Amino acid sequence: MKLTVNGNEVDVEVDENTPLLWVLREQLGLTGTKYGCGIAQCGACTVHVNGQSVRSCVVPVSAASQMGEITTIEGLSDDGSHPVQQAWQEIDVPQCGFCQPGMIMAVAGMLNSNPNPTDEDIDAEITNICRCGTLARVRKGIHLAKTKA
Amino acid sequence: MTEQFKLSRRGFVIGAAGTGLSISFLAGCDQVEDVVADVIEQGPTPDAEPFPEVNAWVHIASDDVVTIRIARSEMGQGTLTGLAQLVAEELECDWDKVVTEYPTPGENLRRDRVWKDFATGGSRGIRESHDYVREGGAAARMMLIEAAATEWGVPVEECSAAKSVISHGPSGKTTTYGAVAAAAAELSPPFEVTLKDEKDWKVAGQPVLRLDTPDKITGKQVFGSDIQLDGMLNASVKACPVRNGKLKSFDAAAVESMPGVRMVAKVDDTAVAVIADTWWQANTALEALPIEWEGGNADYSSAAFEADLEEGLTAKEAYVGNQAGDVEAAFASAAQVVEATYRMPHQNHACMEPMNATALWTEDKCEVWCPTQNGENALAAAAEASGLPIEQCEVYKVHLGGGFGRRGAGDYVAQAISLAKQMPGTPIKLMWTREEDMRQGFFHPTTKGLARGALDAEGNLTGIHLRVSGQSILAALLPDLLQNGADLATFQGTVASGLSPQLDIHALKYSFDNMLFDHAMRNPPVRPGFWRGVNANQNAIYLECAMDEFAHAAGRDPLEFRLAHLKDSPKMAAVLQAVADKAGWGSNDGKARGLAGFYSFAAYTAACAEVTVDEDGRLKIDRIVAATDPGIVVNPQQVEAQVEGSFVYGLSAMLHGEVSFENGEAVEQNFDTFNSMRISEMPVVETIVMPSGGFWGGVGEPTIAVAPPAVLNAIFAATGKRVRNLPIKDQNLRDV
Repeated sequence: MKLTVNGNEVDVEVDENTPLLWVLREQLGLTGTKYGCGIAQCGACTVHVNGQSVRSCVVPVSAASQMGEITTIEGLSDDGSHPVQQAWQEIDVPQCGFCQPGMIMAVAGMLNSNPNPTDEDIDAEITNICRCGTLARVRKGIHLAKTKA
Repeated sequence: MTEQFKLSRRGFVIGAAGTGLSISFLAGCDQVEDVVADVIEQGPTPDAEPFPEVNAWVHIASDDVVTIRIARSEMGQGTLTGLAQLVAEELECDWDKVVTEYPTPGENLRRDRVWKDFATGGSRGIRESHDYVREGGAAARMMLIEAAATEWGVPVEECSAAKSVISHGPSGKTTTYGAVAAAAAELSPPFEVTLKDEKDWKVAGQPVLRLDTPDKITGKQVFGSDIQLDGMLNASVKACPVRNGKLKSFDAAAVESMPGVRMVAKVDDTAVAVIADTWWQANTALEALPIEWEGGNADYSSAAFEADLEEGLTAKEAYVGNQAGDVEAAFASAAQVVEATYRMPHQNHACMEPMNATALWTEDKCEVWCPTQNGENALAAAAEASGLPIEQCEVYKVHLGGGFGRRGAGDYVAQAISLAKQMPGTPIKLMWTREEDMRQGFFHPTTKGLARGALDAEGNLTGIHLRVSGQSILAALLPDLLQNGADLATFQGTVASGLSPQLDIHALKYSFDNMLFDHAMRNPPVRPGFWRGVNANQNAIYLECAMDEFAHAAGRDPLEFRLAHLKDSPKMAAVLQAVADKAGWGSNDGKARGLAGFYSFAAYTAACAEVTVDEDGRLKIDRIVAATDPGIVVNPQQVEAQVEGSFVYGLSAMLHGEVSFENGEAVEQNFDTFNSMRISEMPVVETIVMPSGGFWGGVGEPTIAVAPPAVLNAIFAATGKRVRNLPIKDQNLRDV
């Protein structure tokens, strides 16, 4: 099955029902994308398909292969220089960090379609769970990232 | 296309300031090499480092890179950076060249516990190791200076160090730490070190950025569940979902031919696992595996247990944690008696990263890679589960995707080893599903609290009785710590002063002439655990909501009412006054505000919440002003992060969190039913960090206690209705 991941075309041999998340982690070694719930509730597995956020734990790889270009946290930038990553670094958003790849991808996905989100937009769009509780800094980080795009 | 890194068996370099690289092979600490490979390779075990350490805490390479050893675990709370700041402060090294490394628990054992305690819980990471880690940094600095002075043939007293550069004043000569580190390592450590006064701190006490952020924003941070070893297989496990039940049988043949399956294995008396090429294959087969369970508390229901909790509220027998005066006489002569019963259910830790461990077993060695809050516990668990002497076991700690108390236990480590033992020579990565994580928790105790207040005709609180009925953590996990049957830890924040140093960091700060705090122990057959904040969570709600109820019944201002009982605790009064002042307490701006203050883990904390409740009874928490006085602060911006984070954890429980049990099984098994607070529910948090000096208090946990009672009291201010049954979930707050 062919996939385009982070700009590279890859061919994976895998059961077509395997969720994209597990193909990324186990076939492609892209472990930045995390498993948190498996039912699209927590957002730790968020990646982009054609620039839009998708919760990869519930997308079968067969569907993903038809959807378009997949970007993971490893492909968001080469060096952590994406505006969201810069903002996250500047104000130390992460705590344990486990949810942050998904959080960053969700935020970057929102900014792709809405470069200037209001607090209400953020409330509606960003529904990822962070148990350490970085939510206040996530909001600050989004507003900071807007200024860096 | 994938960039990964060599994994050292000896240990990890766990943060490289400015480089963005997290894991490096330790053969040569001076070079951080990244390796593009399809798998993370196992490195050989180096017998000795090419550059000797200066001492246990400090290694300096010839290029001046300073590796600081950190014994406690980083799970988000920032202790890694804080401890490094303390060592670096005394070391006088260049902060920009600091990286950190976890020594292994086995190395600690071999070196006579030179790094002391690895346990990371109870907000003690910095609180209980600040002195000896600073001494380690200071001793290393003195040895480096001595090495330079010896080389130059000048008196040590004429030399000084700053930013990893040693200077000889009279001659103007300079050298760097890296140039003399090898010579310094040959010297005897000093007999005596003097630590700096906090007012002279340059790195410690400053809001420096965390050392671990760069890897956490690029996906490079390797968590336990990301471990990849040569030839590794993956496992998913299921233990009996009924409390204390056992595995009866399973039909391995039904799934053995499924894709990738290598083995269907009994883990122990309670659990079965499937081992496969990938975790997805293992879990797919596990879900298809016919399993029979037996025994356990299949008739247990938390709804029925409510009656036991209720009975305990008025039971004659109870353990006393604090008392003074004659509380019954106070009630007998009261002009008004106010009573309020509150309830809190079980909570799951729900760390974002489900439990996991990777183990490799051979006849003469057992190695484990795992996220753990207690490396030494994990090592002990490894020795027990492997059947090997502890000297032949080793644990390599990996950053935790959340801990909150859950990862102090060794259950998942023992499971991984049991599986690895059944496939000698093959590394097995065991990872739990979210559902398994929710079913097999160490749950926050369930309790009810009955607060009674005696008020005289002038509205003075003449007597208070707080009865908590419910579960004891120690009775289940550490029964040796019970005192004549009593679990005094249940009186966290309400216990009498002077009983022990361990309890004094949780002592009641209010003064009451007539009081009784007691506990009716009612233990359900549900495994309890230490959950961020522990017993302070319910005690703060029961006491601080009661104080609010008493104040309103007395027709007095809740702040003034509290301060009247805090004349002997100016620090507690100060944090309450600080949040009240900043929040605009008492102003006629129409905002609904609630207050709470609490003392636990040696920190004074307070919160003032502002809420809005709409016509349909729905809550919006608009803002919380928080204050904490943990005595001495090592990194104020990380203290703020912990305040905000602890509020999310505590408020998630107040708003949504409940694990209930039916037929002995947990009903809530994922985030769809055990919800966690989202950003739309997150209030603005303004934190006042107000260290008063002279003591080392905790940071990660203490503030969790004050957010829920402050919000609940603010809800009353908004609606005139008390919410006493938690979580709030979909209760109409105007009709409770």
